[in-house]
Amino acid sequence: MDNSFFVDSAHLSKEALEKKHRLENDPSFRKNHMEYLEGMEVLKSDICEKVMAQMKSYDYAKYTAKDVKAALEHETCTIEDFKALLSPAAEPFLEQMAQRARLETSKHFGNTVYIFTPLYIANYCENYCVYCGFNCYNDINRMKLNEQQIEHEMKVIADSGMEEILILTGESRAKSDVKYIGEACKLARKYFRMVGLEIYPVNTDEYKYLHECGADYVTVFQETYDSDRYEQLHLFGHKRVWPYRFDAQERAILGGMRGVAFSALLGLADFRKDALATAMHVYYLQRKYPHVEMSLSCPRLRPIKNNDTINPLEVHEKQLCQIICAYRIFLPYVGITVSSRESARFRNGIVKIAATKISAGVSTGIGDHESKYTGKEADAPEGDEQFEIDDGRSLGTMYKDIEGEGLQPVLNDYLYV
Amino acid sequence: MNNDDKLILGGHEFESRFILGSGKYSLRLIEAAVQHAGAQIITLAVRRANTKEQESILDHIPQGVTLLPNTSGARTAQEAVRIARLARELGCGDFVKIEIMKDSKYLLPDNAETVKATEILAKEGFVVMPYMYPDLYTARDLVNAGAAAVMPLASPIGSNKGLATKDFIQILIDEIDLPIIVDAGIGRPSQACEAMEMGAAAVMANTALATAGDLPTMANAFRQAIEAGRSAYLAGLGRVITRGASASDPLTGFLRD
Repeated sequence: MDNSFFVDSAHLSKEALEKKHRLENDPSFRKNHMEYLEGMEVLKSDICEKVMAQMKSYDYAKYTAKDVKAALEHETCTIEDFKALLSPAAEPFLEQMAQRARLETSKHFGNTVYIFTPLYIANYCENYCVYCGFNCYNDINRMKLNEQQIEHEMKVIADSGMEEILILTGESRAKSDVKYIGEACKLARKYFRMVGLEIYPVNTDEYKYLHECGADYVTVFQETYDSDRYEQLHLFGHKRVWPYRFDAQERAILGGMRGVAFSALLGLADFRKDALATAMHVYYLQRKYPHVEMSLSCPRLRPIKNNDTINPLEVHEKQLCQIICAYRIFLPYVGITVSSRESARFRNGIVKIAATKISAGVSTGIGDHESKYTGKEADAPEGDEQFEIDDGRSLGTMYKDIEGEGLQPVLNDYLYV
Repeated sequence: MNNDDKLILGGHEFESRFILGSGKYSLRLIEAAVQHAGAQIITLAVRRANTKEQESILDHIPQGVTLLPNTSGARTAQEAVRIARLARELGCGDFVKIEIMKDSKYLLPDNAETVKATEILAKEGFVVMPYMYPDLYTARDLVNAGAAAVMPLASPIGSNKGLATKDFIQILIDEIDLPIIVDAGIGRPSQACEAMEMGAAAVMANTALATAGDLPTMANAFRQAIEAGRSAYLAGLGRVITRGASASDPLTGFLRD
């Protein structure tokens, strides 16, 4: 089933609808997605060129079972080996890949599984990304928490026992500026041991400011590394600028962040090429900044409010598992996060193979932790969710389930120094 | 085993020469691991100890065992010093294992920063046990900086590859007047035994146990291997012929006066 992303809300004005349709149908109406907007820092870096060269030359059809077997026999996984492991030829070897991945995971992480939770503090967005529930044309309840509300949410989450938090916003500088996010980070440091950020990409000096406010880990999803496909999906807004987004992790590192996380949203474009590019992005940045901690996420497309037909196309669980195993074998030292987009069954299985971090007690809505955690009727407005989650387990349940799998749940392994 | 054979670190005496790691496996296995290993020293990452009550690793360490907090997560001497001070505040005692890594892939120690941190912390009264890449000059600097022991790596941490740096560790054993504790990369009891036969003062292991099928049994196997290696070292190893045969007539038999 092909994805049909375009949904018209009855609440849009005639002018807004006209603009929306023109953005969707007339490429010449859209801004050049490779051109920086005013105020966006341009980094001189060779990373993008290297990653793109690998992605463009990746012909996964040429790999054979022989290449896959050789890759699994090599002690060190080369780039060529990784390409073979990501190829269709590796699909029949999924069990062997999982065995190898499990071995690598245990060498680097033992049997530990880290737990965190996301906290969305605002869902305003200035972008039209056609697959996202927060997109500016989607008719949802918009909300931005004030400091008191943020603190209340954090208390509720901290009371559940959580020690690591990932603060998220929609991508709106106007509604959620860097100072606002910085204040949220300062509050978070009071309640949590580890504070991560997943917000719109910012400049190096802004990352530095957010680091000083207490954030130490930055996640930016590139969505797709195929810039032509990216152009067709991100039709309007600053997020449309593909190269500025690409360099976000490097700016975050230069701003002093301890770690950075990467991801393609699987299902938007050719997933094998996207998976390759994501890993190569990590690989080359690690070589340039060896002291930085790196991690990978592996999200697949999910249905959103007002569009329940969105799906990850040909990225089925087997393909997702293949990608995660290939990531682990190629980059044994990186953290791998599997989000609540995936089912409890899948997550229980994948933490035994390669994933090292999972979320629990998740809400992708705004200001609804108390009602979700306690079942108490909400007495304040709540903002709608970015996407539908699948695994709704609480921290307590997740903790027990991980232990039940013979693994060790870890709430904190981190010091802000 | 000779009862007077003690491992002495910063004036503290230990009978066991097996330093146990506490990472990468379930907290509830720690007690069994300590017991089967016969360990008197256990390392713990301060970053793991710095947690809320629910899962503090400190609650799982048996009484009477000396804590050896490590500074993992530190990328500079300054960061290591801050973590060591935090360890003391958390009630982990005066021992500290310095781990400074500027490489997230191989986690190899930064020797230069390690020397700097050792100097600062030794002056502050810590019993400093630096994890290092086996280099003679660095080891000498660590002695001068006030280290209580030197902890060279056998091979990359977590690799279970054994004594890849054997010859360089032997140089440290021969030249440095501090306990040399082989740390990182020991994957099997036989490798631990070999390190002890060479004259290492102790062996530290973690991943080899964490990834074993039965952790307590493996802890016991390591204990036995380390004790055997120590006994062999104290007994004085017999002659090992590595090349050719030994001539029954001495080559110098022709000498007369």
